[in-house]
Amino acid sequence: MLDFSKSPSVDQVGILDRIDRITARSLKKDAKMHGLKMALGMIDLTTLEGADTDKKVIQLCNKAMHLHDAQPNLPTVAAVCVYPNFVKTAKTALKGSEINVASVATAFPSGQSSLEIKLLDVKIAVDNGAEEVDMVISRGKFHEGDYNFVFDEIAAIKEACGKSRLKVILETGELGSFDKVRQASDIAILAGADFIKTSTGKISPAATLPVTLVMLEAIKDYYYKTGIQVGMKPAGGISNAKLALQYLLLVKETLGADWLDKKWFRFGASSLANDVLMQIMKQQTGIYQSKDYFSKD
Amino acid sequence: MKKLNINKGWDFAPSLESTDHISIKKQYELFIDGKWVKPTSGKYFDTINPATEEKLASIAEANEKDVDKAVKAARKAYNEVWSKMPAKERAKYIYRIARLIQERAREFAVIETLDGGKAIRESRDIDVPLAAAHFFYYAGWADKLDYAFPNKKMQSLGVAGQIIPWNFPLLMAAWKIAPALATGNTVVLKPAETTSLTALKLAELIQDAGLPDGVVNIVTGAGATGAAIVNHPDVDKIAFTGSTSVGKIIQNAIAGTHKKATLELGGKAANIIFEDAALDQAVEGIINGIYFNQGHVCCAGSRLFVQESVYDLVIRKLKDRMDALVIGNPLDKNTDIGAINSKEQLDTINKYIKIGKEEGAAIYQPTCTVPKNGYWCKPTLFTGVSQSNRIVQEEIFGPVLAIQTFRTIAEVIEKANNTPYGLSAGVWTDKGSKLFNLTSQLKAGVIWGNTFNKFDPTSPFGGFKESGFGREGGLHGLKAYLKG
Repeated sequence: MLDFSKSPSVDQVGILDRIDRITARSLKKDAKMHGLKMALGMIDLTTLEGADTDKKVIQLCNKAMHLHDAQPNLPTVAAVCVYPNFVKTAKTALKGSEINVASVATAFPSGQSSLEIKLLDVKIAVDNGAEEVDMVISRGKFHEGDYNFVFDEIAAIKEACGKSRLKVILETGELGSFDKVRQASDIAILAGADFIKTSTGKISPAATLPVTLVMLEAIKDYYYKTGIQVGMKPAGGISNAKLALQYLLLVKETLGADWLDKKWFRFGASSLANDVLMQIMKQQTGIYQSKDYFSKD
Repeated sequence: MKKLNINKGWDFAPSLESTDHISIKKQYELFIDGKWVKPTSGKYFDTINPATEEKLASIAEANEKDVDKAVKAARKAYNEVWSKMPAKERAKYIYRIARLIQERAREFAVIETLDGGKAIRESRDIDVPLAAAHFFYYAGWADKLDYAFPNKKMQSLGVAGQIIPWNFPLLMAAWKIAPALATGNTVVLKPAETTSLTALKLAELIQDAGLPDGVVNIVTGAGATGAAIVNHPDVDKIAFTGSTSVGKIIQNAIAGTHKKATLELGGKAANIIFEDAALDQAVEGIINGIYFNQGHVCCAGSRLFVQESVYDLVIRKLKDRMDALVIGNPLDKNTDIGAINSKEQLDTINKYIKIGKEEGAAIYQPTCTVPKNGYWCKPTLFTGVSQSNRIVQEEIFGPVLAIQTFRTIAEVIEKANNTPYGLSAGVWTDKGSKLFNLTSQLKAGVIWGNTFNKFDPTSPFGGFKESGFGREGGLHGLKAYLKG
């Protein structure tokens, strides 16, 4: 049996110092434009509301495909992220595009349910065509110290995903320390996560740069050991382009250029796209346009 | 094993700090008795930008006569004004200097970078804010000396002769001037000949602050000017930061005189990484320890000790981190490693890199390119070295790291202390008991736990053994300018 009680330790002061170096970076001109376009193409455009309807999901899918048609040569977002019961709707709406459908599953966001229900949740999402599944870990079991339970659950869900890629949400805002984040990252990676993801977006704090750095370091160490790449997805609270660029710089300086691809990095966000678009237009024209020039769906 | 492509793809575009807002005169005179005075010799020397080799200004060269004038002015100001002034009034002047530095922080940062070659990120975020912080801190002590030293009735010394190095020009001036003024002394200060500009800008600022004439005098020049200060009979105290060899000359020169001294000299600090440390953060500490300010740091962590069990992992992480470092134009906001301060220093560093190779050590430098003009040295590390190597024993004062392994605590303590120097050290471990055990056994004046090269005006700084004596910063820093 694997022992998950010992992960490499993390020094909080050092993590924050490293982030200070990243946020002091300055992106200008071509470098900024390149970063903005990259960020745009890495967004999982997300709606996860109790009030979601088919029509709302279709509107979001249209936004995903037509970010700002006035501007040619823009990438589309990477995926649209919805609840399992909207996967079919999203699949239909996105037909013909290269945009994936991602679905949260496993009794999102709390994860407080039985494995049977979680597996069924995943099965419905996958059967309906979700290319990506965003699961939540059982934080209660994790805090109880039942790490093998958490591991086994992730492994079971990975199996249920089949060919769909699995993103494992750690909900770092509920874990309490960087050491715990590191430990949860290691468990998720070893259990077969294709991506590790910070947050559901339902808990504050959601994604932060420091917590993302801790997770990137876990990905790095696993890559050193196995040569296997694992993706990263910060989610929640990333609503402006400047912050998004800082995340990308953090990825570049921690894991290198190979991770600067939507295959390995995603932003979970609902309002980031428009700010990135606005910055792209500003870079091109030299002036900021009104927010009303960018569609809100 | 696959390798991370840290320095490939998505390069930075230039992001230069503006130089429009600064003013540098074509020629600088000596600052004596509150006025700008021409040097008696009529001689001037050039100060250049080490990143471009372009001349920035002509600087007056002070000889013995000029130094004598400066000491006389300082003595007169001490006798007639400064020593008689109520301490709370002295404090007001020092506070004013601190606030003016904050107001002009951008100008000071840019000039520091132009004249010395250090990255604007460091001069902006570290040198200038810390310089202001030192003035603020010691201004607060000026009228509270009776509380700092209860029942002692401490008295000022008189005229302090202060000689500072080129690695932190403004910050070292602040370290020297602030405690001297707070304790009621007057000052004759000599900046290093390659980096006089921010000290001269500080003189302008001191004029603006309305400090009484002669309380602070700034004389520029090379070693001979420094010697004139050291040998002047009416100087009561020598505060020197610089090389150990010059420190020894100074100690010889003042032997048998009434002069008090504090010497802050060279170092060859051990930075010790245990297997239970937070390794990624330790790697960041290695980077800060040796590549901060191009390694032109007396307390730089230039001897790295890594526990054998994590050696391969740490080296790999360290190389990846080095690949992310940006070397180039110091005015660029993304630059991590700026220019080497002078041609002379670059020659010294290259000499040691050559010695390291000849000694059979394995060298690693990231595959970055450096500008054509100016003085540059890529961040460098040597592995496969031991305590017997010269690059391990001697201070290089550049971005060159020598890495050794160890097995046990006893072994690493013995090796860490096996040096004539004793300025600083760093220990990285997740275990508090181990940290405190080492801090009590390492022979170094400053020991950092799970961090490196962190400075604060409240914390005393200074060395053991051939790294000097006396402390600067904190309460200890006051004592060095007082008697009683």
